[in-house]
Amino acid sequence: MGNLLNIRGLRLEAGSRARPNVIIKGLDLELDRGEVLGLVGESGAGKSSAGLAAMGYVRDGVRFAGGSVEFDGTELIGMGRGQLRRLHGKRIAYVAQSAAASFNPAKTLIDQYTEAPRLHGVSGRAAAEQDAVALYRQMQLPNPEEIGFRYPHQVSGGQLQRAMTAMAMACRPDLIIFDEPTTALDVTTQIEVLGAIRDIVEQYDTAAIYITHDLAVVSQMADRICVMKDGAAVETAPTKTMLDAPQEDYTRSLWAVRSFRRPDAEAGEAPALIRCEGVSAAYGPMTVLDNLNFTFPRGQTTAVVGESGSGKSTLARVIAGLLPPVAGQFFWNDAPLEPQLAKRGAETLRNIQMIYQSADTSLNPRHSIREILARPVRKFTGRRGQELQARVAELMDLVDLDRAFLDRKPSELSGGQKQRVGIARALAAEPEFIICDEVTSALDQLVAEGILRLLVRLQTELDLTFMFITHDLATVEAIAHKVIVLKNGQIVEQGGRDEIFGDPKQAYTKRLLTSVPQMDPEWLTEARARERSLREAQ
Amino acid sequence: MKSLLKSAPPSAIFGMLVLVIVAITGIFAPWIAPYGETRVVGDAYMPWSAEHPLGTDNLGRDMLSRMIFGARNTVGLALLTTAISFSVGATLGMLAALKGGWLDEVLSRLVDVLMAVPPLILALMLLAIVGPSIPNMVGVIAVIYVAPVYRLSRAAAMNVVGLDFVEAAKLRGERTPWLLRREILPNIWSTLIAEFGVRFCFVFLFIAALSFLGIGIQPPTADWGSMVKENATLISFGDITPLIPAAAIALLTVAINLIVDWMLHRASGLKS
Repeated sequence: MGNLLNIRGLRLEAGSRARPNVIIKGLDLELDRGEVLGLVGESGAGKSSAGLAAMGYVRDGVRFAGGSVEFDGTELIGMGRGQLRRLHGKRIAYVAQSAAASFNPAKTLIDQYTEAPRLHGVSGRAAAEQDAVALYRQMQLPNPEEIGFRYPHQVSGGQLQRAMTAMAMACRPDLIIFDEPTTALDVTTQIEVLGAIRDIVEQYDTAAIYITHDLAVVSQMADRICVMKDGAAVETAPTKTMLDAPQEDYTRSLWAVRSFRRPDAEAGEAPALIRCEGVSAAYGPMTVLDNLNFTFPRGQTTAVVGESGSGKSTLARVIAGLLPPVAGQFFWNDAPLEPQLAKRGAETLRNIQMIYQSADTSLNPRHSIREILARPVRKFTGRRGQELQARVAELMDLVDLDRAFLDRKPSELSGGQKQRVGIARALAAEPEFIICDEVTSALDQLVAEGILRLLVRLQTELDLTFMFITHDLATVEAIAHKVIVLKNGQIVEQGGRDEIFGDPKQAYTKRLLTSVPQMDPEWLTEARARERSLREAQ
Repeated sequence: MKSLLKSAPPSAIFGMLVLVIVAITGIFAPWIAPYGETRVVGDAYMPWSAEHPLGTDNLGRDMLSRMIFGARNTVGLALLTTAISFSVGATLGMLAALKGGWLDEVLSRLVDVLMAVPPLILALMLLAIVGPSIPNMVGVIAVIYVAPVYRLSRAAAMNVVGLDFVEAAKLRGERTPWLLRREILPNIWSTLIAEFGVRFCFVFLFIAALSFLGIGIQPPTADWGSMVKENATLISFGDITPLIPAAAIALLTVAINLIVDWMLHRASGLKS
């Protein structure tokens, strides 16, 4: 029996009562005071719904269909709205994934901070403001006295997330639900936020449910981990046990994903397919890429790594011809590459293909998969009729998709399947070079691993050259032959994968590498100590 | 299609029913109407009778027959005018959204100028210049209504042109007509259809208003707007006959809006 929260046989349903869509089927959870429980699972596993249900809340269209949620001896299911409202914010608080979307942009941070304490009669405005400054200081926000008087758009994403955690602490709740609070942040920012959250939860002995899909993150934060799948708990165990000796196959498969490595990482020297000499690019007066020199070796994967705003997606647009560079030149097999898309010949258009991050926006929702694939086949290879249909079916086989999907619309496919269609569309042109722009960032780990394996297989089968843009270093380690580290539009470091990961020369690369969460529960403590000593050394 | 109709609420079914009836009357007018469109069949302002169910108008023409032929003229012309303004406005709007730059700038400013002048005054002015005839009237109204359609389709297309699949099509080297017709249009179709319904009503009322003012559909051609004007005198004698064409205008407008509401509802429901 947990002495703070007890969830027994929880069942959530949506849709019609006759044929309900079961979101959670019989979930049991318990939580002691001051304990942090990690809730892990892929999207659709029901972890967010479970987190909200712990507050006695369900989203619109969802309803409690059974079980009980007992918070500190009180049953929350069936409680009146007024009573729940008195509980929310005061004794149970919630921190959402996107702080930027959750703050009211028209009010200052401290205004929003003081709202809950005043509403619940915990303290007056002046006292609440003082308290806010104290908490901001504890969360290690810069200028704690002053930062509260800024508007949400005037502080960075990481700071906003910390301000939101401080706000959740305002009434010193007994329980906080964190719903993927660091998913939208860069790795180096994530460390700071994770550290601050952990400190404050420990200090006030607050119980927390930490929802995430990232196992490394959860192993830093949680005392216990519960793995969820399809609306039910697969396995619950203390963090250490869970990491060292997972019992269930599903849990083990989640763990194993992180250790995927391509078998042929050592590809050796290869001639350059694309060479870039002194390329700079700008949006109006703003320089985004500054004098880049590099090569993409033929038949290999070159990963371009950097945090958001480093210019990696812009580089893709420049190579694709969407944004002509202001200086410098690309060479394709030692012949100059036409910078303007409109002036490129059919052969160049065919050879350079792109796969996008979000399969939702990269496939036209009004076209069937057949139309989406048939168009590039027809355009680039001139196949017609029977031949065309045969090629389209062949493409589906190539990316391991059922041919029956051909007559469906993209909205009828899952995220991973859509991404496979995106890959098939790129392959339809029979290109030599494919730009992969964050192709796995929007996917769950298991699905993402499937996509990575597919890309590696296609590369060997079809002798493709990949430019792989990502901010996720675990992916880079899994798939790249060569790594280029970008920061503020400049190349910080480039070299073979083992060179970069084994022996980084630049301080920024080192910092980037050590910021990647590891499965070791001690990692966060060590990483923060390293950060601190680095800062002191500077 | 069958399931689509089944899902329609009663209001939309009513709207469709009215629309179908009007369409049938319009198309088969010569066979349905008891008398000719312009034939003088009796004295002026004859009361309702078995022979002339709605009486006769100011020149002694059969009211019911003119109502039936009026459906054909008023609705047919409104449909034609709306179709023209939509094909031109939507194409230009999508083009402006896709190309941006100076083309967008020039088109948008032109449209701003068009919208700065009240439509009725603009129409009166233009018709005074080119002379009142049916082709001129259709042209003038179509031009005036290009403006709102342009703005709507440009705004809707703006949301689509930034998406990756349009970029993917550009990278494939697709030409502008393909981008407009295959990539953008299907995604703003529901918005345009809904707007078509609303615009059709506006155009329809506009033609009726112009006819009422005497520069729209010219006599002796029957149309609902001018029929209100021609028989307006009867109102002072307590006869409701001149209100019947007015009621027909109102009924059709309401019917179309009921259908449009339903389609809008469906479109927004599909998105979420």
